[in-house]
Amino acid sequence: MCLAIPAKVVTIDEFRMAEVDIMGVSRKVSLDLVPEANPGDYVLVHAGFALQVVDEQTADETLELLKTLPFFMEEEGLVAEEA
Amino acid sequence: MDLSGFRDPEIARGLIDAINSAEPGREIKLMEVCGTHTVSIAKNGLRGVMPEWLTLLSGPGCPVCVTANHDIDTAIAIAQRPDVTLTTFGDMMKVPGSYSSLTREKAEGRDVRIVYSPLDALALAAKEPERQVVFVAVGFETTVPLIAAAILRAQEAGLTNFSVFSSHKTVPAALGALVNDPDVKVDAFILPGHVSTIIGLEPYRFLAEEYHVPGVIAGFEPIDILQAIWMLVQQLMEGRAEIEIGYRRGVEPQGNVTAQHMVEQVFQPCDADWRGIGVIPGTGLELREEYAAFDATKRFGTIDVPEPKEIKGCQCGDVLRGIVLPFECKLFARACTPEHPVGPCMVSSEGSCAAYYRYTDYGKPDA
Repeated sequence: MCLAIPAKVVTIDEFRMAEVDIMGVSRKVSLDLVPEANPGDYVLVHAGFALQVVDEQTADETLELLKTLPFFMEEEGLVAEEA
Repeated sequence: MDLSGFRDPEIARGLIDAINSAEPGREIKLMEVCGTHTVSIAKNGLRGVMPEWLTLLSGPGCPVCVTANHDIDTAIAIAQRPDVTLTTFGDMMKVPGSYSSLTREKAEGRDVRIVYSPLDALALAAKEPERQVVFVAVGFETTVPLIAAAILRAQEAGLTNFSVFSSHKTVPAALGALVNDPDVKVDAFILPGHVSTIIGLEPYRFLAEEYHVPGVIAGFEPIDILQAIWMLVQQLMEGRAEIEIGYRRGVEPQGNVTAQHMVEQVFQPCDADWRGIGVIPGTGLELREEYAAFDATKRFGTIDVPEPKEIKGCQCGDVLRGIVLPFECKLFARACTPEHPVGPCMVSSEGSCAAYYRYTDYGKPDA
């Protein structure tokens, strides 16, 4: 029930409603909980409301950090076949 | 936004190997408390790649599943009023109360409608002013701010035919109740991602500080969950107990402060009855006196709710505390299936019984 999916803010109207793009599908969502969101931002959408602006850079950093796990580095040959 | 990196098999393999190469020298039980985690763990087969010493338990993370019969019976009693249009998220429809379900009430002619958002219920109230539109508000901290915002919007629009039946629950104190339950054996928590998006990490701190139980806030992709498991295993092996954020792209340490203020403005804590756990003080939310006009339990005066009755043989209560695994219940996959569910953990798509049934062979008669 607490599922929220990332969506890109396209436009914002005067009623704090935004048109967002969710994987190619357009939807209207409320920005009541994230008044700081701007067009171009990614937001997490749950039941018609944006909950949070998602930090894309942090997402990339997390993945980069995980790739530095010691075990991951040592066993690179092992993981290649899975890719 | 490209999240495929969080499903990357190479990174997954690195994390799985890291977890499997750990040698804690004892059994470790991790509990997740989020229906979306329940589904992600089952769907991605993560239990099958865990070492023998590590068990993944599902806790009371499905809001529909933890809703007590009395609350479902109350929603049904409200739906039975001829002037009411009852609106709800789809998950609630099939959940059996003591004597009926919303699906059955709808079949018998009550005006019960599924909505995607509380804003849809607001739009309905504006469109049909002769109807009393009631929204059944079930959910954790992720959902509460939406309901608060919808109530503020209803007030702003001057709507007098919109109200909410609040059966909300809050997560952190429930985790405290589990840690204090002698039947429950949990070493650490995989904490819910989007609940934490709203509340941040502070409300969980007591688990680490008072009970020495670590927690990691996790996202919902397979890599997110494996990362959280790995972080928890490390904490336990090092004897640390901290609340950490694994899901950094979706959670700020302080949470969403705007949402917190909005919830605080509209709601106040009250006691809540959790299926399987019982009443936990302060884990419910009721509308403040200033917003009583939007409170369905006050709008219609005394609502006549029959004495609740528990379902015979159903072990959902024990499943929700992680004491009984879904397939250990005698009804699982026999009397209770997703097509003919007996208990709420099989009804909701996010219930642990439904997740086990759908994605594994455990406990099925011919397996």
